Amino acid sequence: MITLTEVAAREVNQIIKQQQEAATKNGSEPTKMYLRVGVKGGGCSGFSYTLDLTETISEQDETCNQHGIEVVCDPKSLLYLEGTKVDFKDELMGRGFVFSNPNATSSCGCGSSFSA
Amino acid sequence: MTDDHDIIIGIDLGTTNSLVAYADEAGPHLIAGPAGEDDVLLPSVVAFDDAGRVAQIGSEARAHAVERPATTVYSIKRLMGMGVADLTDDLSRLPYSIERRSQEDGRDVATVMIGDKCYTPPEISAMILRELKMRAERHFGCPVTKAVITVPAQFDDAQRQATRDAGQIAGLDVVRIINEPTAAALAYGLDRTEHATIAVYDLGGGTFDISILRLEDGVFEVLATNGDTHLGGDDFDHTLIDLFTREIREQFGIDITTPSIKQQLRTLSENIKIRLSDRDSAPVEIAIGAGRVYRRSVTRGEFETMIAPLVDRTIEACSRAMKTAKLTPENIQQVVLVGGSTRVPFVRRRVAEVFQRQPYTALNPEQVVALGAGVQASLLAGVQRDILLLDVTPLSLGIETLGGAMGKLIPANTRVPCRASETFTTFKDGQTNVKINVLQGERELVKDCRSLGVFELQGVPPMPAGIPKIDVTFLIDQNGILNVSATERRSAQTASVQIIPSHGLTRDEVKRMQAEALQHAREDMAAHHLIDVRTTLEFDLHKAEQMVERYGQLLDVSGRDALVAEIRGLLELAKQCTDPHVLNERREAFNRMTIPLAELAITASLSSDDGAAGQEPACKIGQETRENNRGGFGQPTLRSVET
Repeated sequence: MITLTEVAAREVNQIIKQQQEAATKNGSEPTKMYLRVGVKGGGCSGFSYTLDLTETISEQDETCNQHGIEVVCDPKSLLYLEGTKVDFKDELMGRGFVFSNPNATSSCGCGSSFSA
Repeated sequence: MTDDHDIIIGIDLGTTNSLVAYADEAGPHLIAGPAGEDDVLLPSVVAFDDAGRVAQIGSEARAHAVERPATTVYSIKRLMGMGVADLTDDLSRLPYSIERRSQEDGRDVATVMIGDKCYTPPEISAMILRELKMRAERHFGCPVTKAVITVPAQFDDAQRQATRDAGQIAGLDVVRIINEPTAAALAYGLDRTEHATIAVYDLGGGTFDISILRLEDGVFEVLATNGDTHLGGDDFDHTLIDLFTREIREQFGIDITTPSIKQQLRTLSENIKIRLSDRDSAPVEIAIGAGRVYRRSVTRGEFETMIAPLVDRTIEACSRAMKTAKLTPENIQQVVLVGGSTRVPFVRRRVAEVFQRQPYTALNPEQVVALGAGVQASLLAGVQRDILLLDVTPLSLGIETLGGAMGKLIPANTRVPCRASETFTTFKDGQTNVKINVLQGERELVKDCRSLGVFELQGVPPMPAGIPKIDVTFLIDQNGILNVSATERRSAQTASVQIIPSHGLTRDEVKRMQAEALQHAREDMAAHHLIDVRTTLEFDLHKAEQMVERYGQLLDVSGRDALVAEIRGLLELAKQCTDPHVLNERREAFNRMTIPLAELAITASLSSDDGAAGQEPACKIGQETRENNRGGFGQPTLRSVET
């Protein structure tokens, strides 16, 4: 399972709202949005995390609700993300989503890559 | 194609070449001839012996056209359904003999005389159809009796009936005659939208057609056609032939009359035209006898200037067709290109300008009509198309990155239309070409993914490795057609390719690929990781090597020797070691070791006036930078791929 902190969920929710408002303005129906968390190869320390908003999920995806956000993850990524916590930091040095992954043995400086 | 369906084949019965196709749930496929997989074009040529019996059909027949003009029949399509009164000058100039024959219905029709035997145009077309039917029967291993045949949109009833007759003579039940532009639209799957207006621009070897179609609830209607029956790629060749002939006369004072040199000139001109489709210039060398050689090179710009008046004529026809249909470019949603001559970049550009949108080029323009005939045939046969594979991307899409890894841009299960973009860079100093291999699949290594197409970005200005920024964009439109483009930011050089990712893919195959990806997840990810770590290390080592070469004299001898030895050792280690942790640790240690040299180099470059500092940056960039996708602080990290 992947957990989302309340702060992160609030931030995601805000982005979803913005997108849905934009969609309404363009005359299209706002659709249900999922937060897809994944891993992909390539990055300065091996794998990198991916975060996407998506409208489509497949039957193999794992989903769970975290503070009102539907978080989905494909089974392959879940091998590397089980137990990962996604937080959001808004500080003087910058703002963005932060991953803490118990599977990672090393992380890079920017926090987007890891190796397991 | 399964047993519970009738087999129906789709045939493009062309003036110059004919093709046969079928479609299954994975999409349309061409059926090849005996010479192998690529032998899909059957020249529409029939050669007879002196007694008037059929001797050869296809390429062998075409090979005899020059030496046996009176008994080699080509361009028979121009005679289909023609009365003698319809025969224009150019038709009576065909080298074989054409005569009048009264039909039972009292109409006079044109017939072909070979010796004392007389053949109607449908009879000759039937010989070509029979050859295609045999190809299909060999492919399926059973008799094939039903076909869809395509005809030009402007064919009248007599011409369509003649085409049906040809099918019947060949032993084929022609279940439907469809228009060539409609077939082209079907090949692209454009019938899946509810309504659309589509322009089909068809520039072949010798004819040009523009058709504007309206699609309403799955039914196509021809709104307007226009064209020129004597305009095509052969005319492009002639502009080159004329240029060379004129220049040879001016330079050497001779006229080319030898047939063999004339033929050489034709072949050469066609090759130059083809080369100029992906190069900026092409060299020309013609031996004109007595040791004299005519040499020059033709640039793409020169060629475009020469063919511009010809292309202008097609563009004017497009405007006339839009006028007839009472439409403006804004009313046209799709433009489809048909015919080999639409490979000329200048043609594509002009078509894009007149219709104010990028035309569809994903399918081979010489095959698209046949593929569409195959699609129509499968629809009539009741073969289901897998719509589910088209609403979302069933498998991930990406490109090959250094070391044979798959860099994903669009993940599986993304709803179309969608767009994704990433920035890549070069790995070698002064690298001017970048190869982009478009991949589909869930696995991490290139060898386990499907390659959908390869293209090259040329003309990247020479810069140190890692400096150029190359934006690669994947765009899938509402029809599921993928456009991949690569643009180098500084020079704005750009290259692109269009692909239909769903072609050749079945649901079972998608399932298999997904299952394999899960099964091999750990080893795949480990392999991908190792590739990336290795690449980063090798990149750092090459940069360090350059620094030693340039600034090594600033170090003392022992320091320099130690560094050189370490580089050599690590290069060897990078090849052999398979533990990414070891490689990473050694790289970090190595980077600490190079600090003194880097500091000396910076000081040296600052004190000299040659501006070298800007040219030799301390490099910390791997083989790719993923700017829009970097997590962590300071970057917008939530990227939506929906557009």
